[in-house]
Amino acid sequence: MFSFESFVDLPLIWYGLIATAIFLYVLLDGFDLGVGILFPFAPSDQCRNRMMNSIAPFWDGNETWLVLGGGGLFAAFPLAYVVLMPALYLPVIIMLLGLIFRGVAFEFRFKDTGKSRRLWDIAFHFGSLLAAFMQGVIIGTIVQGIEVDGRSFAGSPFDWLSAYSVMTGVALIFGYALLGATWLVMKTEDETQTWARKCASYTIGYVAIFLAIVSISMPIMNMEIRALWFSLPNFFFLVPVPAASLILLIMIWRDLHAGREYRPFLLSFGVFLTGYLGIAISMWPYIVPFEITFRKAAAAPESQSLLLVGTVIMLPLILIYVGYCYYIFRGKASHESAY
Amino acid sequence: MFDSLDPILLARIQFAFTISFHILFPAFTIGLASWLAVLEWRWLKTGNQIYADVYRMWVKIFAVTFGMGVVSGVVMSFQFGTNWSRFADAGGSVLGPLLGYEVLTAFFLEASFLGVMLFGWNRVSPKMHFAATVIVAAGTLISAFWILSANSWMQTPQGFRVGQDGLLYPTSWLAVIFNPSFPYRFVHMVTAAYLTTAFTIAGIGAFYLWRQRHIQQARVMFGMAMIMAIFVAPMQLVFGDLHGLNTFKHQPAKVAAMEGLWETRHGAPLLLFGWPDQEEETSKYALEIPKLSSLILTHALDGEVKGLKEWPRQDRPPVAWVFWTFRFMVGIGMLMIATGVIAILLYFKKRLFDTRWFQYWCMALTPTGFIAVMAGWFVTEVGRQPWIVQGLLRTKDATSPVMGTSIAISLAAFIIVYVFVFGAGSYYILRLIGKGPEAEEPAYGDHGVEKPPIVTDLAGEKGDQHV
Repeated sequence: MFSFESFVDLPLIWYGLIATAIFLYVLLDGFDLGVGILFPFAPSDQCRNRMMNSIAPFWDGNETWLVLGGGGLFAAFPLAYVVLMPALYLPVIIMLLGLIFRGVAFEFRFKDTGKSRRLWDIAFHFGSLLAAFMQGVIIGTIVQGIEVDGRSFAGSPFDWLSAYSVMTGVALIFGYALLGATWLVMKTEDETQTWARKCASYTIGYVAIFLAIVSISMPIMNMEIRALWFSLPNFFFLVPVPAASLILLIMIWRDLHAGREYRPFLLSFGVFLTGYLGIAISMWPYIVPFEITFRKAAAAPESQSLLLVGTVIMLPLILIYVGYCYYIFRGKASHESAY
Repeated sequence: MFDSLDPILLARIQFAFTISFHILFPAFTIGLASWLAVLEWRWLKTGNQIYADVYRMWVKIFAVTFGMGVVSGVVMSFQFGTNWSRFADAGGSVLGPLLGYEVLTAFFLEASFLGVMLFGWNRVSPKMHFAATVIVAAGTLISAFWILSANSWMQTPQGFRVGQDGLLYPTSWLAVIFNPSFPYRFVHMVTAAYLTTAFTIAGIGAFYLWRQRHIQQARVMFGMAMIMAIFVAPMQLVFGDLHGLNTFKHQPAKVAAMEGLWETRHGAPLLLFGWPDQEEETSKYALEIPKLSSLILTHALDGEVKGLKEWPRQDRPPVAWVFWTFRFMVGIGMLMIATGVIAILLYFKKRLFDTRWFQYWCMALTPTGFIAVMAGWFVTEVGRQPWIVQGLLRTKDATSPVMGTSIAISLAAFIIVYVFVFGAGSYYILRLIGKGPEAEEPAYGDHGVEKPPIVTDLAGEKGDQHV
């Protein structure tokens, strides 16, 4: 049995890897789901076709990051997985059902016309909306803390449902809508692009408001977080994070009005990164706030070592071929010359 | 009113329901992906357009099936935590890495190259497209490798120690991954998937031949499927038998339930049919072949086969389930072998493609692979009960601290959504079959977009009709 326990800080590495996988999921499926959220508001059916086409080759791969996040959490931090899943039972299941409707809509919509195509348009939109909302609810629930007794969840089935988690759910819908809109600015042209630009400009305002609410509310709700952020010298090291969010949002707004196509999407990534970092810093070192630290939840060093070997070999390969697939389908989504 | 709901029973029903639904899709896509790779290879090699037509028809069915497999599979990856958290807690350090490897080595590969396979026709070279198909096919097999390794470990656990905290810790990864039942289960399941696909294709090929539509394409489908029936169906009998012997060695209670055998006997008979009664500890109305069970399992006419009474009542699996599903699986296997034999005879009489009754026969067998796969999984999973990890952890001790109410809600939601969504999926697949292969048609639904399907090649290559 091999173990790298004595050479490297395995739990810390895995904490970073899982956090990265979840972040990549949020970014990549975020723009898919964002496209789904904006879908019914598009000015025409041709636009909707274009929107669907722009993400059809990617959604499946993007969703795989969720499986890696879930599977990786199970593998590397089983205790966190077994506490969080029962605690988030209904939101997770509802999210999965939303993802089912979103996923099959791609395949089924292709095969149909008229009324039943409309049905899958609806399934696509509400599936995306539901999944995004529930993911936001999950974040809201986690940052408020989970009730734990020993090695299991000790709360009740509807602990997750609170005004705060509903707010974070709505916040993530707007966040994903921003990602989706800037993706469309990059991948479409003409009418669709003009419309996507407008959508992005509108959502920026909401994203800024929600980011502000979350940033202010977290230190108010929790003593530990307040102590972390507002003690010196921490404050000076950490204040660039929210400041960067603000600057990035302003830059996106300016880029959208300057007619830039690629940068708004990349800058939206940046907004998500700062938001994610803000939450991650606040939760540190907990993996189940505020009960279980990532060290306590870590799997046996042998297990983390085995999976680390595979990850070190496979993850770069995955990133290369995923990048290759994005490269194959580069350029603007196709025009509807058939109409 | 929900307080009386038994969370363990509900969790078991939910898991059985969602995994049974899920396994239908991989059972089909594992075989289909490999077959598509063979078709594309034949096409590139011979330049015969017929292969391309068949490929393009079936890749659409593959896409629908794969999509449903993905979404129902994502559900599975969360259920270990949502419904079986005490199992996930105890076994996480052993099983977690296997599932992690499945994601890293298979899921990303499949998901990424599926996009190329479906949408890449005009964007990559034919060779690269073929490579994408092969990669997706390999991905399905790698995925089967890891998940069957994990399942087999739950049947025949080894390579671990029980820590002071009661959790399981790995001691040898090779022993964990290549646990005793894994090679048998892997070969048996992959072969089952291939046969399931072959008989589905045979049935649809037979349908076209019977209707005298798409004759050339139908001959390719039907002919290739018959090759599988002739050669692979008998092989499956051997693999299944070896798997059974392995089970006899490691999980004798499961075999006793499969055989409906209550008393330990030398020269145990084979029950063709019977009615196992769990309460009265006997199999009623038994139709027996003397000594055959001993002969099959021990290769001796009076070898000893342990009966269910060797185990205390609480350690016995629900016998009737195991007994009957086993007979379904074996019965279908026999029908498949018979199909192969008939196909050989008809082939030598040069009547393989125009014998009407054989076309009906094959159409009738279309769904049997799925039934057999499902039945086989019921045998092995129900046969392991009352254990979730054989001999280590009982199913009743493995559930999550989730209320019956929550599970009842989620189970109802799963049933409604699955019936609706997968009903629609089946409808679209049937429509694709009804349409059949069409020459020179775009590879995939294109939302009414003219070629190239997804994105124009270069940013400068803009269409004249802007939207």
